[in-house]
Formats: sequence, C-alpha cells, structure tokens
Amino acid sequence: MTKILIEDLYLIFGKHREKALKQSREGKSKAEVLSSTGCTVAVTNASLNIEEGEIFVIMGLSGSGKSTLLRCINRLIEPTAGKILVNNQDITRSTDKELLNIRRKEFAMVFQHFGLLPHRTVLSNVAFGLEIQGIPKEEREQKARETIALVGLEGYEDMKVSELSGGMQQRVGLARGLANDPEVLLMDEAFSALDPLIRNQMQDELLILQEKMQKTIVFITHDLDEAIKLGDRIAIMKDGEIVQVGTSEDILTAPADDYVKSFVEKVERGKIVTASSVMFEKPTVARLKKDGPEVVIRKMRDAGLKTIPVIRTNRTFIGFVQLEDVIEAKKKGAKSIEEIVNTEVHSVYPDTTVEDMLPILTETDLPIPVVNEENFLLGLVSQTSIIVEMTGKDKEEIQGIIQNAIDL
Amino acid sequence: MIDVGTYIEHFINWLTANFSGFFDGVNYGMTNFIGGVEAFWVWMPFYVTIALMAGLAFWRAGIGNGFLTLLGLLFIYAMGYWDQTMQTFALVLSSTVLALALGIPLGIWSARSQTANRIIRPILDFMQTMPAFVYLIPAVLFFGLGTVPGAFATIIFAMPPVVRLTSLGIQQVPEDIVEATKAFGATSRQLLLKVQVPLAMPSILAGVNQTIMMALSMVVIASMIGAKGLGEIVLQGISQLRIGMGFEGGLAVVLLAIILDRITQHLGKSK
Repeated sequence: MTKILIEDLYLIFGKHREKALKQSREGKSKAEVLSSTGCTVAVTNASLNIEEGEIFVIMGLSGSGKSTLLRCINRLIEPTAGKILVNNQDITRSTDKELLNIRRKEFAMVFQHFGLLPHRTVLSNVAFGLEIQGIPKEEREQKARETIALVGLEGYEDMKVSELSGGMQQRVGLARGLANDPEVLLMDEAFSALDPLIRNQMQDELLILQEKMQKTIVFITHDLDEAIKLGDRIAIMKDGEIVQVGTSEDILTAPADDYVKSFVEKVERGKIVTASSVMFEKPTVARLKKDGPEVVIRKMRDAGLKTIPVIRTNRTFIGFVQLEDVIEAKKKGAKSIEEIVNTEVHSVYPDTTVEDMLPILTETDLPIPVVNEENFLLGLVSQTSIIVEMTGKDKEEIQGIIQNAIDL
Repeated sequence: MIDVGTYIEHFINWLTANFSGFFDGVNYGMTNFIGGVEAFWVWMPFYVTIALMAGLAFWRAGIGNGFLTLLGLLFIYAMGYWDQTMQTFALVLSSTVLALALGIPLGIWSARSQTANRIIRPILDFMQTMPAFVYLIPAVLFFGLGTVPGAFATIIFAMPPVVRLTSLGIQQVPEDIVEATKAFGATSRQLLLKVQVPLAMPSILAGVNQTIMMALSMVVIASMIGAKGLGEIVLQGISQLRIGMGFEGGLAVVLLAIILDRITQHLGKSK
C-alpha cells in the first residue's frame, strides 16, 4: 500500500516564484531560472511513491534538494506546487490545526545534529513529543522508558543529553521519534554526524528495530553505501531532480545516467550484485536421458562450448560434461552420457553475491550454475563475468587492459 | 534652522494635556507599587535583610560572594546609610521588575517578528544613547517630582539591555532544535515556552543583570528630581561640597551594585 505519494512537487525560493515555477515547468534549467528570475529551484518536478513498511532512501550530494524534499513531506518547508498525499490525503491542503495533528501522530523526525534539548534529561527529551501532545506526565514517562530500553539506553534516563556522546545522543533522537509511535519516521542524515564505527552500528540496529516495528522510514543520506545497506528502495537526486528510483541492485546494475554511474563506481559491487544479475540465462543444456553423445557433441559445436550443463527431464541440475569426454564416450560407442557427468559442482542461489562466489573460483574452472530451491537450473555465471563485476570496469576497458598486457 | 525643540515641546505638552488621566493612573499605580516595596525593605529589620541577602548569595554564588555580601551590607549599615540604601534598593528593584515586565515580552516579540525587530531596534538605540538627564524633563512633566518620575527615567534607561539580550538569546537557539520542536507538532506557544525561552535563559539573565546595573547607575540622576535614597546623599555631597559624604554615598552604591551583580550573575547557573 502506498503510504506517501508525492506528485509533481516543486520547491522554489525567492520572490518571483510563480514566474520561476512556470519556467521550471517549461523545462528550463536551474541556472536559467536563477538568472532570469533570481529564484532558486530547490526541487523540480519530484514524483515518488513510498510504500508502507519500507525503508525508502533519498540519496544525493549536498545541495541536491534531498533534505528540503524531506521537509516538504511534513511541511516544515511549504512546497511551491504539487501534491503530497499521506494515506491518500493531500497534506498541502491541510489547515494549521490538521497539520499539527499530522505532525504529532503521523510523523516523527530524526535530525543530523540531533536537535535535542540540552537543558533536559534523556527521559524528558524522549518524552518531548508526547509532552507536546499533552499526555500526562506518568503516562508519557512510562512510554519514554520503554522506548529508551528499546534503543539500549537504559540507565541513562536521568542524565542531561549534553553529557552523552554523539552516538548516544542520536539514540535519544531515535527514541524520541519512536516514543510517539509514528506511522512514518523521517530521518534526515541521521547517522552522518557519527563516526564510521558507530554509524555502522546504528545502521545495524535500525535494521533490527525495523524488523520488529515495520514502520515506513524515509531516510536521507549522501552516502551510497549507507543507502544500499538500509534502503529497500533508493531514489537518487541531483540538482533538485529525482534521477532514478529503484532497488540498490537496479541502481548498481542499470544506472540511469552518467551521474548515477559515477556514484555507483565507488561502491563495492561485489557485495551487492548477485548471481541473478550476472548469470547467463537459458544456457544450452544436455538432457541426461534423452541426449546421447552424438546430440550433445552437435549442441556443443553449435554453441561453441567446451563444457555443457546436464539436466534431468524435470529440469533439475546434475552437473557438467566436457567435450573431450563426450568424444571419448562416442568412440567407445556409449549410448548415454550418464557415465561421464561430473557431478562435483558447486552451485549457487540467485541471491548469492558475487563476492560470495569468489571462493568457488579457486575450486573449479567451470562456470558456476545458478539454481533455485528445487534445484532447477536458472542460468550460468561465467568466471569472466565474476571478475568483470569485481573490477567494476566495462568490457571495453577490460579489452584495453588485456591488449596492454599482450603488448608487454 | 529647524526648530526640533519646539516640536518636541508641543508634542510633550500635547501628551500631558490629553493623557493626564493616563499619567495620573500610572503615577498612582507606580507610587503604590514602589511605595510598598520601599516600605517593606525599610520596615524589615536590617539584620533580617542582611541575613537574607547573604544567605541568597551564599546559596547561589558561593562562599566568597556570601561573605562579600555580608560584610558589604554590614559596612553600609555601619556607615549609617541603611534606610537610604533600602530606598535605593527598592527603587532599583521595582524599576527593574517593571523594565523586565516590559522588556522581556518586547525582546521575545522582536525575536519572532522581523517587522517588530525593525521598529524596536532604532527605538532601543535612541533610548540607550540619549543622555539620561534628558529623560528627567518629560518625567517631571508627566509625573511631577518624586520617586515615580525617577523610576520612569530609570526604566527607560535600563530596559534596552534586557530587550536586546532576550531577543538575541531566542534568535541563537539552534535552528535544528526549533525545527525538531516544530516537527513534533508543537504550537508556536509551546515552542516559545518549552524551548526558546529555557534555552535563551542564560542570555535573558545576562540582560536582567545588565538592567539592574543600569538602573543602579541612574540612582544619582533620579535623585535630582526627588527620588529618595543614596542618590540624595551624593547630591547633597556635591551641592554642599562635602567630599566625605559624597564618597560615602558613592561607596554604598558601589557595594550595592557589586552585591546585586554577583547574586544575579549566578542565578541562572546551576551549582
């Protein structure tokens, strides 16, 4: 179910917004609009659908408009044009009173620099959202204590937040958000101010919490690794535009443009790309019972293969046969290839990552078969494609490298 | 030549003529208020007052300041200016209370509204730079001679710092905290009372401290139009060329200033 739907959203800062909006809609670039109207276009024609229960990451560099877009969702910043539907209700039309209520019940926000009240204790910071709603002290503190336990801050309730480390402060920030029991958690670069080790730990904990809570989370980050780790889906923004939306694998394997590509190049692809996206689908196969040596040899010649996977009639995978073995078998007058099938083969599932397939390469020089749970053969991953994936270079570059190596 | 003076004179005359009822009302209210405060401190036995003040200083500002307060007040008593000191203290206290009652809301308003800020700032500049003696004239025209016009001039002179520092304190509340508060659905009133004012408190208290100091510095000037207290002693010393007396009065003002400064400086800090 769609939780948040953003349609044709524009956000423009400056005096002549109407004029700037018109120009922007006509497709003029940010720079053109700025020079002719003096207005800054922060978000251009953004459309997104965020599903209930997913972690949706909006990624972009600073100035890409990602944080402003997030603030439009709870109207901390008023969008210039467009719709934002939360539970099918257009919140850009909400009255001030409705808006307060939506902010209290529907959303909670976690900030990069925490935004905590330094003069208050951990407990009263976590209870703050409930305090705003006018919930009695007993009740809100009870709820706050539960949430503090949830984020692992038991025993720190009575400390002032200014006495805590950054990581712990952000736990307080997270707890404050969760104490409201919101439907949607808006996280604005929530872990960016933390050092890498703590950041990693917080990411893991967020994922564990999310397993239990199943909230809708909109997470803003400038870090692609973080986006990939957390995001069920990722939107990439550049100069106020949404360039691509998809799963991390979609983005890594099919970047929409050069901008996304330049991001993706820096990522450790081996950890993300899986067998299913690098495998060669529907390979030529030999059928164990039906194909005799004669047929197998012809199939291999037609396809130019030295090895061929063998399957049973019900499509379950058995192993490989080598061309020379088949020729040998044919000479001996064998009627079937059953004797010569090499069944000592490591197969992988479609969601096995390229990195996890690497060790298999040391065991064999055969392609790696990809099978599903019923052991049906889905495709083959060649050794070359694993190496190509790991280097992150395209075919031409690799050809170039090989050429250079030959020239030496 | 532009005869600005004439216009101002006309304006002040017009005010006195048309708003005499209002000024009489203010005069009546302030007379009672200041009179009450003054009567209370003069009535209170000196040892109780000294014990209270020294206790407060000891509690909030530490042992050193506690002793300083104790010795300072005993010294003033020993010089024989206790009643005048209490009159001055009452004037400073009530002027400060009124200046804060006006100044803090003005400061909050100017922090939250650009327009208010644009109007209030030049007025504050004017109030602060205009020589304090000048306020005495309209004060006398509005309220006659006595303690009330003294308090009026004192309030005008002493109010700017608390307005400015309140405004500054609220503006300096980090944007992300304000944003977080709004994101949780706080009304503008909740934002002010639960977040902005508490976080601006150190700055507001610095303003309170400054206002008290400014009020004390008006003591002698206010006594020129009949405000009672230590100012009278200094003034007498000047007019009768009695150096010793003038210095005694001055010394009492300085001691009172130091004591009030130490106590108010530490009020906002947690121990």
